[in-house]
Amino acid sequence: MNKIRNNRAWLLILPMLLLVAFSAIIPLMTVVNYSVQDVFDAHTRFFTGTEWFEATLNDRDLQAALLRQFAFSFTVLAIEVPLGIGIALLMPKRGWQASAVLVLVTLPLLIPWNVVGSIWQIFTRGDIGLMGVGLRGMGYGYSITSSAVDAWATIVLMDVWHWTPLIALLCYSGLRAIPEAYYQAARIDRASKWSVFRYIQLPKLTNVLVIGILLRFMHSFMIYAEPFVLTGGGPGSSTTFLSQSLTTMAIAQQDLGPSAAFSLIYFLIILLVCWVFYTAIMNMQKEKYHGES
Amino acid sequence: MAEIMLKSLAHSYLESPRHAEDFAIREMTHVWQQGGAYALLGPSGCGKSTLLNIISGLLVPTSGEVHFDGNVVNPLPPEERNIAQVFQFPVVYDTMTVYDNLAFPLRNVETSETKVSERVEEVADVLDLTSLLKRKAKNLTADEKQKVSMGRGLVRDDVSAILFDEPLTVIDPHLKWKLRRKLKEIHQRFNITMIYVTHDQLEASTFADKIAVMYEGQVVQFGSPRELFERPGHTFVGYFIGSPGMNFMRVRASDGHLYSGDVLLPITSSSLYENVTRCTSDNIQLGIRPEFIEVHDTPVERALESEVIQVQDLGTYSILSLRLGNVALKARVEEGEPLPADKAYIHFPEAWTGLYVDEYRVESGDE
Repeated sequence: MNKIRNNRAWLLILPMLLLVAFSAIIPLMTVVNYSVQDVFDAHTRFFTGTEWFEATLNDRDLQAALLRQFAFSFTVLAIEVPLGIGIALLMPKRGWQASAVLVLVTLPLLIPWNVVGSIWQIFTRGDIGLMGVGLRGMGYGYSITSSAVDAWATIVLMDVWHWTPLIALLCYSGLRAIPEAYYQAARIDRASKWSVFRYIQLPKLTNVLVIGILLRFMHSFMIYAEPFVLTGGGPGSSTTFLSQSLTTMAIAQQDLGPSAAFSLIYFLIILLVCWVFYTAIMNMQKEKYHGES
Repeated sequence: MAEIMLKSLAHSYLESPRHAEDFAIREMTHVWQQGGAYALLGPSGCGKSTLLNIISGLLVPTSGEVHFDGNVVNPLPPEERNIAQVFQFPVVYDTMTVYDNLAFPLRNVETSETKVSERVEEVADVLDLTSLLKRKAKNLTADEKQKVSMGRGLVRDDVSAILFDEPLTVIDPHLKWKLRRKLKEIHQRFNITMIYVTHDQLEASTFADKIAVMYEGQVVQFGSPRELFERPGHTFVGYFIGSPGMNFMRVRASDGHLYSGDVLLPITSSSLYENVTRCTSDNIQLGIRPEFIEVHDTPVERALESEVIQVQDLGTYSILSLRLGNVALKARVEEGEPLPADKAYIHFPEAWTGLYVDEYRVESGDE
């Protein structure tokens, strides 16, 4: 067995390497560059080491924002995933009704982020907004500018309205892919509706749900425009999420060093959570496999 | 356990069927006896699966009734019909173990766990699944999955019938034979009515005591494999069963003789001649299987001279392609018998020659 070794094939990945360098590595390195130095102008800079990182990690405001961010992401995931599955199960399967419902459900996904914020900002206004006026009319002193609870509930509601359709669409496509024979077999086996969901539909949805949850986690963890337009992070800092803190720091205060350190930590957190989630799911499936053999 | 009767049953997938062609199942009445092993044989699209789905209740027929032991079950959904059905592609519940898969139909009707384990173990034993019971169904091979699907049909001891919809399609050829044997064994052991849909005549005849041959939405013949072979009730059965299929030639009667084209057929049976003359239709054919044509390499009495077009040597026998007048015929010659070179002298034994009018067999009076 004389295998001819020729490593020139590696040259073929050069174009890809170049592309990735410009799209990801070089911009990221700029951020890294700022995060370890204190830059005054084009010629004056000091090496600071891990100082910015330590400062960022110990910043009480940022810690609070991080907690809020996690609370927000998990809240919307906990609502959107079951709701999305539920909507997908209820959507008609064929005929013009299916197309019509599909378009209606997809509609919120097509609206730009800050437009969503504006819509809800007007919608919730106490003087002219349908929801604001409506709730007040029912005797509830609804105000997103003075009540942190109201502000939170409204942002969560807005996100659910905006993004549940994504989960619903993914699940709908997953459900359509289940062969009719499974449902027929379940009827022959006299399975209850719940059993059909638990043992046929849900297992077949695992893959689309993994994608859906990952996408929704990353999305919601980076949420910026909608709460910024709706509440501006208030009342107080009750709805200030990570990306808004970052923007304030980098743009308003021009603290480029700490912002760069913050950006990297932010990026690593998302990467870490996604990795942990993905590995956990994949391991669950692998365990099943090893458990048998 | 039940006798299944289909009464004036017809089904169409169209909203308002008008012509006979609009029907997937044309009006038929048919009885499946309790405890029989039946096959439903026919080409793709002839309505076999439709018929099966009507029996199990997955489809509601356009008209007619389905009776189980004399009771009309039309309004009952599949869940209440006590029917087990095995589909063409294996259906298993991926996340469950093989054991839980088999137990599923029992647990759905609140069976006690001791009964469940007793039944599951019995069925697993019959199907050779015992060693797999603890494994997740997801990573089984296709034939193991199909055995699990079959097993779910067998665990319920109250089923009226088990319906198989081409269950061996996905199975490797060498395992097909094993599984077919298994089914036969199960049938003998549990005495359940089984209806087996297939387009493979070999599969049908090894499994079933009686075969219903379907063609264009109708059962054209219902009989034992031997009856289908020896006395096909319809020209389609002649073509479809046997390899090569039956020979058919158009005949006409004229001044006391039967002719195929210009060739005078030396038929002695007077009743056959009379039957032909009595026909009002002009679609009259004589049918004979290649196996029953007597072939000689020298002229003999009452044999017709025909031209040999091609000889196909298939080892233990040869298939001759012959031309008689302008009719193409096939004849089978066993190994060791004289093989004619250019001219073959053929004779049609009357016992094996059938008369077909408008595609259906007409029995002669003297048989």
